[in-house]
Amino acid sequence: MAKHETPLLDQLESGPWPSFVSDLKQEAESRAKNEKGIEYQIPVDVCEDLLGVLELSFKHGRTHWKHGGIVGVFGYGGGVIGRYCDQPQMFPGVAHFHTMRVNQPAGKFYTTEYLRNICDLWDLRGSGITNMHGSTGDIILLGTTTPQLEEIFFELTHTYNQDLGGSGSNLRTPSDCVGQARCEWACYDTQAICHDLTVEYQDELHRPAFPYKFKFKFDGCPNCCVASIARADISFVGTWRDDIKIDQEAVAAYVGGELPSNGGSHAGRDWGPFDIQKEVIDLCPTECMWLEDGKLMIDNRECTRCMHCINVMPRALRIGDDRGCSMLVGAKAPILDGAQMGSLLVPFIKVEEPYDEIKEVIESIWDYWMEEGKNRERLGELMKRQGFQKLLEMTNIKAVPQHVQEPRHNPYIFWKEDEVEGGFQRDVNEFRKHHQR
Amino acid sequence: MAFISSGYNPDKPMENRITDIGPRKFDEFYPPVIKKNKGKWLYHEILEPGVLVHVSETGDEVYTVRVGGARLMSVSHIREICEIADTHCDGHLRFTTRNNIEFMVDSREKLEPLKQDLASRKFNGGSFKFPIGGTGAGVTNIIHTQGWIHCHTPATDASGPVKATMDVLFDDFQNMRLPAQLRVSLACCLNMCGAVHCSDIAILGYHRKPPMLDHEYLDKMCEIPLAIAACPTAAIKPAKFELPDGTKINSVAVNEPRCMFCGNCYTMCPAMPLADDVGDGIVIMAGGKVSNRITAPKFSKVVVAFLPNNAPRWPETTDCIKKIVEAYAEGARKYERVGEWAERIGWERFFEKCELDFTHHLIDDFRDPAYYTWRQTTQFKF
Ligand code: HEM
Ligand code: HEM
Ligand code: SF4
Ligand code: SF4
Ligand code: SF4
Ligand code: SF4
Repeated sequence: MAKHETPLLDQLESGPWPSFVSDLKQEAESRAKNEKGIEYQIPVDVCEDLLGVLELSFKHGRTHWKHGGIVGVFGYGGGVIGRYCDQPQMFPGVAHFHTMRVNQPAGKFYTTEYLRNICDLWDLRGSGITNMHGSTGDIILLGTTTPQLEEIFFELTHTYNQDLGGSGSNLRTPSDCVGQARCEWACYDTQAICHDLTVEYQDELHRPAFPYKFKFKFDGCPNCCVASIARADISFVGTWRDDIKIDQEAVAAYVGGELPSNGGSHAGRDWGPFDIQKEVIDLCPTECMWLEDGKLMIDNRECTRCMHCINVMPRALRIGDDRGCSMLVGAKAPILDGAQMGSLLVPFIKVEEPYDEIKEVIESIWDYWMEEGKNRERLGELMKRQGFQKLLEMTNIKAVPQHVQEPRHNPYIFWKEDEVEGGFQRDVNEFRKHHQR
Repeated sequence: MAFISSGYNPDKPMENRITDIGPRKFDEFYPPVIKKNKGKWLYHEILEPGVLVHVSETGDEVYTVRVGGARLMSVSHIREICEIADTHCDGHLRFTTRNNIEFMVDSREKLEPLKQDLASRKFNGGSFKFPIGGTGAGVTNIIHTQGWIHCHTPATDASGPVKATMDVLFDDFQNMRLPAQLRVSLACCLNMCGAVHCSDIAILGYHRKPPMLDHEYLDKMCEIPLAIAACPTAAIKPAKFELPDGTKINSVAVNEPRCMFCGNCYTMCPAMPLADDVGDGIVIMAGGKVSNRITAPKFSKVVVAFLPNNAPRWPETTDCIKKIVEAYAEGARKYERVGEWAERIGWERFFEKCELDFTHHLIDDFRDPAYYTWRQTTQFKF
């Protein structure tokens, strides 16, 4: 028998999509039965009470959680989100319900052995409920009590060789797309650099010293599967600067209808026979493709590597060989001054171990932001406040037309004294010799 | 329930302490076929919804079955995932950015049994545990935030509306009939932990009432200067009040017209709650994207200013989303994303096709970027 009636939540058990309510109930039952005889370190009925408090929120249309204050593990300023229930008498099992962020492996590949270990740990010391994964990328262990935090951290680090992720005003857990592990379009090894930078910047990740949060995300190509361009303070988007490789035989096979367009992604509807002119050439944003004697031609200098043609004909077109990434900076969600997309800072940079050049850019950005950024000011907002020029100056990057969509609309150029011949200090008396008062 | 020590000694926290080791290294977890062919993949094909093959220059193939699921997941469920991966995939699996699970096998023969196994598993309540889909020109899993299951500032739930929406869009999770991929995201307050501002369709929780002020307790529960500083629009100022019993207290006053309902004050000061059953609800945004394909990445635009929190199934929200998806499916050209379609036909036409009302709330009036969204041409459609 369930501890709390949940008539509203019960209505979310039907329908085809996997029901989190059914899953919570299954966990509640499993804890109640406790077939393995586990000495649960937090209340056995934590899942029942979680269902109960959620049902109450469904009824009230309001959350029943309070801000958790500062809880954490010794020496770290992040990785734990404190949470308390505002009805602890009704739901004692979730009176404390803190979350731990566990830094996921790059690429989110797992062995079952690893996942089972995490499950065992979380069964014993937490609610048994997780998020796989949080939207930043971490494995989220959802709900435990304060005394368990250090125990979990100790076991994670000692037994599982595994650290916590970031939260607060620090480097947040970096994340990446599947990349070269299983994608033919990856222009660099997203997992390798994601892991390398995560390990290199552990101090920045665990000990808040920044004005606000800071995110890295790694997309292997401009398709941006991890949405780096929209949500990372520095997004690394794979690109190339030589020619798209063309296999004319495969082009002919697409034209002849032997190969499905876009890797078969449109199979759910009859879109008619594939029309290379209409579906590829005419949709190319730079109009840099044409057919010549049945062969597909690309004026690669004009191509902006939007990925469309490659996406449509993956067997005929392949990314170039001179690969690297573009670095865009300052993306953020709307709070506060409106949403910002990443702005192109480094058009092209090689992504090769030990990534020294990239780290130089990162560190110069951090130096600037930590010096000038106000409390709770994201990099994008600082850039807006002080101008893109300032960022170029601080990162020692030369302005190029690639930095702008179009040149400025006003001539109000703030010339600096050292940019104007002779400087600003002039002798008015000398002037007056030729110009009467 | 006896306390079991992990070995940690609270009296000497630094003893034996291990820190800053970072995550486990990714290549410990690669399936052998991935390890062997990394960086050598030639092309891929979607064999059917949810099933992909990637072909390597070595001739190797990897078959992936993608399944959806709730990101809120119990250890029992994860153990079941492990059991499947052990049976079919030599103990390997991966998760995608959008909370799907991918099971990979290295030959076509292993595909059918895996698919059958996944498709056959259901929860007691009747829903699928591992629905196969989420590829190509369809709807994939919804990326979302915590909502009422864990956060203190949500204006709506996350798991509930996501479940309700995916039930309504389920056919498009398992079919690829749309003009292009359609990404749905949810964030339960305007902090947008989930960064929903670039999604084809975004579901956003939004409060509509300024914080209540628990004057009697405010100074005791909160650092007043921190609460004031937390407000992004400078709507909060210090104020003195007299309680009915005559005691004079320090508290704050909120300039209500300036409040953007962000809840930052409540984060700093629990005596300023703003959740409300009728005030809170959902904003629908549409037309965003992150890919650079054909057109530049775009922000989502607000297309519905408010829908009520009608738990447990949010019918107003799911109806609205369904209408947008159907109008898009019917009107857009092959490869066109929702935002590209809306821009081609014009937003005035978008509202007509999706049968959505336009109200003054949808005209931007927030700071500088607002101006750039007004129409500055005589070109428009009647
Ligand atoms: C401090 C700022 C400005 C100075 C010193 C200035 C100076 C001048 C001068 C010296 C002329 C030429 C008069 C002549 O024919 O001998 C002129 C013409 C003119 N200015 Fe300005 N101007 C200024 C700002 C502006 C601004 C802001 C506007 C409009 C937005 C403006 C609009 C015009 C127009 C329309 C003419 C007439 C051009 C024509 O001959 O058709 N000026 N201004
Ligand atoms: C009908 C035309 C205009 C009116 C009624 C007007 C009115 C004003 C007013 C009331 C001020 C504030 C003065 C103060 O600080 O007390 C001002 C300042 C100013 N206006 Fe205008 N203005 C006009 C045209 C212009 C034009 C065309 C320009 C540009 C060329 C201009 C440039 C400025 C500047 C530079 C200031 C000084 C701002 C500052 O440093 O505080 N104004 N104007
Ligand atoms: S971002 Fe590009 S490289 Fe990465 S998974 Fe997506 S398509 Fe592949
Ligand atoms: S990648 Fe884009 S810009 Fe380049 S040729 Fe293909 S369609 Fe044109
Ligand atoms: S979006 Fe808002 S309510 Fe949702 S988890 Fe983030 S801060 Fe909490
Ligand atoms: S909700 Fe946000 S805008 Fe409104 S008073 Fe609180 S901090 Fe200020």
